[in-house]
Amino acid sequence: MSVLALPHETNALPGAPMSYWRTVGWRLARDRATLVAGTFLLLVMLAALLAPWLAPHDPNAGSIRLRLAPIGSASHVLGTDEQGRDMLSRLLWGGRMTLVAGLTPVVVAFLLGTVLGVIAGYAGGLTNTLVMRTMDVFYAFPAVLLAIAISGALGPGLPNTLISLSIVFVPRVVRVAESATVQVKGLEYLAAARASGAGVWQILRHHLLANVLGPVLVFASTQVSLSIILAAGLSFLGLGVTPPAAEWGLMLNTLRQSIYVNPVVPALPGLAIFVTSMALNLVSDGLRDAMEIRA
Amino acid sequence: MRAAPLLSARGLRKHFPLRGGVLQRTQAWVRAVDDVAFDVTPGQTLGIVGESGCGKSTLARLILRLVEPDAGSVWFDGEDVLRALPGRMKRLRRDMQLVFQDPYASLNPRLTIEDAVAFSLLVHGAGRAPARAQARALLDRVGLDPRLYGRRYPHELSGGQRQRVNIARALVLDPKLLVLDEPVSALDKSVQAQVLNLLLELKTERALTYVFISHDLNVIEYVSDRVLVMYLGQIVETGTADALAETPKHPYTQALFASAPSMDPDRRMERPPLAGDPPNPINPPSGCRFRTRCAFAMPRCAEAAPPPVAVAPDHEVACYLYEAAAAVTA
Repeated sequence: MSVLALPHETNALPGAPMSYWRTVGWRLARDRATLVAGTFLLLVMLAALLAPWLAPHDPNAGSIRLRLAPIGSASHVLGTDEQGRDMLSRLLWGGRMTLVAGLTPVVVAFLLGTVLGVIAGYAGGLTNTLVMRTMDVFYAFPAVLLAIAISGALGPGLPNTLISLSIVFVPRVVRVAESATVQVKGLEYLAAARASGAGVWQILRHHLLANVLGPVLVFASTQVSLSIILAAGLSFLGLGVTPPAAEWGLMLNTLRQSIYVNPVVPALPGLAIFVTSMALNLVSDGLRDAMEIRA
Repeated sequence: MRAAPLLSARGLRKHFPLRGGVLQRTQAWVRAVDDVAFDVTPGQTLGIVGESGCGKSTLARLILRLVEPDAGSVWFDGEDVLRALPGRMKRLRRDMQLVFQDPYASLNPRLTIEDAVAFSLLVHGAGRAPARAQARALLDRVGLDPRLYGRRYPHELSGGQRQRVNIARALVLDPKLLVLDEPVSALDKSVQAQVLNLLLELKTERALTYVFISHDLNVIEYVSDRVLVMYLGQIVETGTADALAETPKHPYTQALFASAPSMDPDRRMERPPLAGDPPNPINPPSGCRFRTRCAFAMPRCAEAAPPPVAVAPDHEVACYLYEAAAAVTA
């Protein structure tokens, strides 16, 4: 927990109180590490989004004569890969793939997992047993192994990568959502809402979701970096994005053989993966600190 | 002849299953509330007193149908609460509200206290603006300036302030009956007195009927007209607050009053009147449940639970010691 105080706690006189999300924003704006990491992430996303306009070369057009050019070569700022393709262009285009492959499964898992987890937690009994024990079956496998197994069964390609990673992340989110729901369900303010005659939907909307979404969101944000690493890992193994396309994990794999020829250029996609997931971790840490509210 | 009761319970029973093992089979039952019956007349305060774990809170939830009982019936204002269909139940809930024990867990941390109070009104179809206005008026009444506190979150408030919010939330639907489940137990002594006095003021002001649950005899004596003493899910004695304080009959009630701290040096305690913890409600003793800690236990106490006998008008005791006395007065 950071040393940040709520804005009106710093004033002796009670000032205008802020809403919950404004308080979270206020705390985030004062957390320097999170701000830096967040800005960096935004830049990465922007660069990936604008790849068609930013990339100086066609990412897939190679040149036999210009293979493995070092960093700083004329017209190839970050050098070229083993087929003479421009590294900067490939990193920009590859960022698109990697970010899509990293974010989509977590978003899918967040939506699906929250719904399943809240239903399981709120309904309890047999529904809970059915949902949670099914999730346990998936949870029993290590994440990497499960992703490899499903991808291997479905075959390579981006859509299959997304499906297999979603299957990896749904059970994790369900667990967090279920335990948060069960915890909130036992609190007296939920009983008070029932005593006032509120229906299930009103209770879910006003009392349960508001208190469950926070922890689930924070958990999901920690999974994005893992998802990026897994997606890159699948490509590295040849189970993810298929060769001509640029993707950081795949680039790392194909450049692996050239590491003795030019050790710096092959490290670039690895560095991109590392820095991006690091930034994601920092942002989700900051988010967790900012959203922590003393109940 | 007393007035028609606002609330009456008959034969209320709730046993919670204890599950275990691979197949989650029921292995034992916690007898939280066993065969409890009582009446509350309009305008009265019924105090329910007993040690921790004797089923007081379960009883509160049974009355309000937050927990479905296994057996028995609850009548509120001439209506069978347990048979009410959902629509009717929603309407009934307006008239019977609950104030919880824990001022921390009983408020949603994501709602401003104004919205927390207004929520019940929204549930019953009020518009957002009028609901807020009503909530603010009520916050003002319970002693929280809505301009200072209305938009605050529960974590910014003290325990006493939160309990005032809880009271406002319970009252916003203008109920007839308020069930107070240990409303002051979590508060400091000085704050307790403030909240108790607020509750008493609100009671006369709004013609409320209270069911007041507490383990604190001093508090119960202060607020109650009639008192019901519970032990391990059963009622052992009922009577007016004065009768119980002056002539407690059941050995358990006597022990409770003897153990209540007193300012009177002549009432100094030499030894603890009650030793040990209450037995486990999972397997309560046969017959009279108090017999294991009772100084007057007889062999027949183990055979069957003593039925309640009237020792005076409006004073009943479930103890074999008073059978003869009851026969004489009858």
